[in-house]
Amino acid sequence: MLGSAVIVFRETLEAALIVTIVLAATRGLAGRVGWIGAGIAAGLAGAVAVAGAAEAIAAAFEGVGQELFNAGVLLAAVAMLGWHHLWMAEHGRRLAAELRALSDSVRAGGRTLGVLAAAVALAVLREGAETVLFLQGLAATAPTHDVVAGFALGAAGGAVVGTLLYVGLVRIPVRHFFRVTGWLVVALAAGLAAQAARFLEQADLLPALVPEVWDTSSLLTETSLTGQLLHVLVGYTARPSGIQVAFYAVTIVTLILAAWRLRTTRVGLPRMPHAA
Amino acid sequence: MRIAFVVLLMAMAGLARAEDPTFELALRNHQFTPAEITVPAGQKIKLVVKNEDATPEEFESKKLNREKVIPARSQATIFVGPLKPGEYPFVGEYHEKTATGRLIAK
Repeated sequence: MLGSAVIVFRETLEAALIVTIVLAATRGLAGRVGWIGAGIAAGLAGAVAVAGAAEAIAAAFEGVGQELFNAGVLLAAVAMLGWHHLWMAEHGRRLAAELRALSDSVRAGGRTLGVLAAAVALAVLREGAETVLFLQGLAATAPTHDVVAGFALGAAGGAVVGTLLYVGLVRIPVRHFFRVTGWLVVALAAGLAAQAARFLEQADLLPALVPEVWDTSSLLTETSLTGQLLHVLVGYTARPSGIQVAFYAVTIVTLILAAWRLRTTRVGLPRMPHAA
Repeated sequence: MRIAFVVLLMAMAGLARAEDPTFELALRNHQFTPAEITVPAGQKIKLVVKNEDATPEEFESKKLNREKVIPARSQATIFVGPLKPGEYPFVGEYHEKTATGRLIAK
């Protein structure tokens, strides 16, 4: 039972942390809980459907359908997180100002809430499908209460870690808050992009470039809790391939440069004349 | 342009696939058979893992930097390498106690 809880925990951790970061990054936007809740619900429904189609997906494209599917889902999530980051570059300052003033005026989230809800749905779908498959297999051999307990414990563990991260994040002073959540979103997106690269490499659709750029497994394994947390949060990989590092770097550089351009073009606008 | 690029990638992958040496593994009663396989170092190889059990399994190897869910009674293709000479342990994550094995690159 404990073993199954650990596996469920591992599978749910990524989704839990993504939900947490999105919740933090949308602080102050009206209706965010409804949007993100809808994203989680859609992801769960999708997870059951994907698990049901797992054999068909796995057999597709000469046995690499699963990799293509995972890479597609991951890259879509990267695009959505990136879109949000650029939206924040344009609107973040006002949002932070309003949070500071504790203004209760309606803070329109625009399209970013919908986009982030979709990113949450994709994260839940991908990790959830593996959890459903695992639990289905377990249910074939283990008693039902073991399956239920394993799931409940594992999912609760993911929720606890997510909650702790959230509690930590909201303690950040408001004037730094969106800068920190912005970094988190960028690092998360880059880590997901690196994962997508690994799937495409595993499917032999992209070359590894360098099979192993570095090996830090003796310092920090990915199976340790710290390693797993860093894997999700900043994309830590003990033995990344060249293509993974390339995807990671391209995502980070693209997002930072694009956000910088958006910010500096605003600074370049003519200033209001001072009152005489 | 982009479509052409994807087609090119697929074609390259198809070509590579035909040349890469293939190694087969089976999962039976949550154990790998064979539990140890020797593969050539320095070149890409294709692993075909057949899950003969009635439950799904996740092939995972941190050292190979690979993971893949294999549904019950189906098979999965996993490309690895080119590897440096050495030992690369792998497990079936859903049955970590029994499903263990290693790949030896020479």
